[in-house]
Amino acid sequence: MTELEAARAHGKPALEKAPTGIEGLDAVTGGGLPKGRPALLCGSAGCGKTLIAMTSLVNGAVQFGEAGVLMSFEERSEDLAANVASLGYDLDALIAGQKLVIDHVRIEPSEIEVSGEFDLEPLFVRLGYAIDQVGAKRVVLDTIEALFSGFKDQAGLRAELRRLFGWLKDRGVTAVITGERGEGQLTRYGIEEYVSDCVILLDNRVHDQVTTRRLRIVKYRGSSHGTNEYPFLIDDRGVSVMPITSAGLQHKISSDIVPTGVVDLDAMFSQGGFYRGSSVLLSGLAGTGKSTFSACFANAACNRGERCLYFAFEESPDQIVRNMRSAGIDLQKHVESGLLVFESARPSLYGLEMHLTRMHRDIVEFGPSAIVVDPISAFRGVQSEIHGTLLRLADVCKERGITAFFTSLSLASDHASEADRGVSSLMDTWISLIEVESSGERNRVMSVLKARGMSHSNQMREYLLTGSGIQLIAPYVGPEGVLTGAARQAQEAREKSEALERRYSNDRRARELDRRRASLERQIAELRAGLEAEEKEFEMLNRQEVDHGNVLIADRAAMAVKRGAAE
Amino acid sequence: MPELYVLRLFVAGTTTRSHNAITNVRRICDYHLAGRFDLEVIDVYTHPEDTREFQIVATPTLVKVAPPPLRRIVGDLSNLDRVLDGLSLGSSGGNAKASS
Repeated sequence: MTELEAARAHGKPALEKAPTGIEGLDAVTGGGLPKGRPALLCGSAGCGKTLIAMTSLVNGAVQFGEAGVLMSFEERSEDLAANVASLGYDLDALIAGQKLVIDHVRIEPSEIEVSGEFDLEPLFVRLGYAIDQVGAKRVVLDTIEALFSGFKDQAGLRAELRRLFGWLKDRGVTAVITGERGEGQLTRYGIEEYVSDCVILLDNRVHDQVTTRRLRIVKYRGSSHGTNEYPFLIDDRGVSVMPITSAGLQHKISSDIVPTGVVDLDAMFSQGGFYRGSSVLLSGLAGTGKSTFSACFANAACNRGERCLYFAFEESPDQIVRNMRSAGIDLQKHVESGLLVFESARPSLYGLEMHLTRMHRDIVEFGPSAIVVDPISAFRGVQSEIHGTLLRLADVCKERGITAFFTSLSLASDHASEADRGVSSLMDTWISLIEVESSGERNRVMSVLKARGMSHSNQMREYLLTGSGIQLIAPYVGPEGVLTGAARQAQEAREKSEALERRYSNDRRARELDRRRASLERQIAELRAGLEAEEKEFEMLNRQEVDHGNVLIADRAAMAVKRGAAE
Repeated sequence: MPELYVLRLFVAGTTTRSHNAITNVRRICDYHLAGRFDLEVIDVYTHPEDTREFQIVATPTLVKVAPPPLRRIVGDLSNLDRVLDGLSLGSSGGNAKASS
């Protein structure tokens, strides 16, 4: 696609194109088939040549107002009408409305005897007559090589075919000529030699019993075009071609945040969720609740009134709705309101690219703001192919600002299994769910391995799948690391009892202290009482001593008085 | 009662090839089907709608409409054996004559 943009930027007047209206094909051809020229559509039987040619004719009549002529050399008009009726094309109405003419050219080799020279003038006349009937701008010749089986004179036939294609060009009709794939050349009778403006090759490959249809533009004169092989899909909704090879990295990004649908999980991201338009990988072992996380995410999107497309590869929609009801998530109401659409298919139903094409078409048609792919590990195939497919899918989503939620089943208990590692580089956010086995039980633990553009918790968190959704449990981080489940509970109990024990012993110590304080205070009181007694005695003795002295002095004075004169 | 041969010769315009074909078919009819043929020469340019009805892709084409089976003899009818074979009038056609 980028090549085409480059070509457009070059400023050259582009070749006029006639859009086919086939999603994807117009993208890889840069607008459609060469207008007013013949294009060759070749491929082996059952490739969808007729259907693609027919679709471009019907679309031309319905969408682009260009009447068409189908000259069928193989199928009768009624058969054709019946074949495409399943796609919702009403050929009879188009014919009645003068938008389409079907001319069945029946060539029955057993009826034909060639005697002498001839030309194909009646074919020109028939075609011209049909074109004039409705003023056709588009012509399909399906499959003109049938002429070769009726007429053995190949040299004469070739000269006439060359003249026919020249005549078509002169008439200025956009012609699609289909051709059967031949050995060593594009078509069995080498008619690509005469149709040189645009050659599209269809291919139908079976690999591991799974068929993948592919389309390649071999040449497109005067126009740039996608050169890769593009997978395409034919189902009840017609033909769609997956145009993306590598969408480049020019998509606009958003800083909006989309909640994860699990409140506690939001809190693990610094921005409170995923960036809108980012790709999220949720990898986990069997039974870790990947689908429940997906359902939470889808449920949250629908609750916001946004559309969500849920690709389920392991469960039927009813089963998912029922199972999620047990987790307290009501998806049924979203299905009924049309916000949530399930697309269920077994992965083995198509090849990888067919799945991608189908998903791409569904995304384009439904226009969701979020998708869930549950799980991507269901895809079987070569690792590089799976990687390529997911890359394209992620790009499709990024281009449209769709938040994509992928789940992946890890096989080993090692959370980063080979497959996860392979795709993790495509993912902006990676959440890992693991089961921790300890003390005879399994506990679910999640962690955010990466989140581009925002910081995130590096905590491993235990979570429970409850009847009311997913609950994250406050992490227990102790001296022995993060504990979960019963071990966490046991550890918590142990801590509780230890704390209790500590409180008891503290109390005991306090009481002891009180007792000691009381006894010491008692002793202090006793001592103080003793001291006071001693002090009192000392005072008493002191007083006696003073009294005794006074008496002596008084006695001595009395004696002196008695002796008085004698001295 | 001889079987009636209903034949339609489709030509494209008045080319030499058309002329040759007309001459050839007239001669064959006069010689082999005297009195029991209904021949009509149709120019595809003037009657394009007949090309669809009679499933004509090449000119000249001689269509044997009756008796069945339907046969188309393409070319200027210069190879007499082929034409008689196509009209079931050749050596193998002898049986058809005998039965009528």
